[in-house]
Amino acid sequence: MRRGWRWLLPLTAVPVLALLAYGFRVDPREIPSPLVGRPAAAFALTSFDGATVDLAALRGKVVVLNFWASWCRPACYEEAPTLERGWRAYRDRGVVVLGVDIQDHDEAARTFIRDFSLSFANAPDRGGKVSVDYGVYGVPETFFIDREGRIRAKHVGVVTDEIFRATVEPLLR
Amino acid sequence: MACNGGASERRVGVRTVVLVLALLALVATGAAAQPPGPRVDEEQVYDVASQLRCVVCQNLSVADSPSEMASQMRVIVRERLAAGQTPAQVRQYFVERYGDWILLLPPRRGFTLLVWLAPLAAVIVGVAIVAVLVVRWTRRRPTTAPPPLDRAMSERIRRELEQEP
Repeated sequence: MRRGWRWLLPLTAVPVLALLAYGFRVDPREIPSPLVGRPAAAFALTSFDGATVDLAALRGKVVVLNFWASWCRPACYEEAPTLERGWRAYRDRGVVVLGVDIQDHDEAARTFIRDFSLSFANAPDRGGKVSVDYGVYGVPETFFIDREGRIRAKHVGVVTDEIFRATVEPLLR
Repeated sequence: MACNGGASERRVGVRTVVLVLALLALVATGAAAQPPGPRVDEEQVYDVASQLRCVVCQNLSVADSPSEMASQMRVIVRERLAAGQTPAQVRQYFVERYGDWILLLPPRRGFTLLVWLAPLAAVIVGVAIVAVLVVRWTRRRPTTAPPPLDRAMSERIRRELEQEP
């Protein structure tokens, strides 16, 4: 009896230690999106150029949907050239890059677009409806939507040239 | 002159009609500007918002956060309730987009059921341990009670106590 009790205390520490070992290895900011694999929510926004950006009209194309903000330093500043490069490299192969500017001031956003000479469509998400529809909890977040309009991948953080290529290429096959 | 007077009189009449029409239009647009659908219970909006995690904060609910994102989410909650959705449906709308992570209270199923059951299990185990110990302590007392004194011994104790100054 006594011997059994003596083992009990270190034994109770095992599950606690296991939980801590698991918990400290997990990045709490990496939250799996339930949207991957599901149809992308429809939206229509008006871009900074005054054009209508309608996701439904882009069916048949691979869409790289990027949520950004001019106040998002340095991540959004780091990935802006990548997105522009990716757009230029893949536009002829049926890829559309779309920027959604969230919780921003128009003037600052326009400066951002001008500074990086962004040539793909960028639209402000006034009211935040599109951001919530995509479960966005920070910037930058990028969704990769296939030709059938299904979200195939979500990337949180800076998109690099390598990530852009590696995620878009399989969707073109 | 008379004709003029008549015209001015008519003008006043027209002016009154225009004024009344304008007032009516104002009332009409005022009514139209009100949010559509049934009135939303602000308490219900607060109740739903307080169950949702503010996604850009650390440990704050959508109801408590002053951030712009949270205020936009409160607007969405209000609009959905106004459209006739139940609080559970509004919660589900956010869960479908953000996952269970958006809920400040982990759901009572699956893996997160552990969070609810573990404290309960700990209390039960704790109570059981205390119960076992209490039973043991109370049972030990009679067995360790001093053996009854015999006559000679009690006589000796009495004598020795009397000798004390």
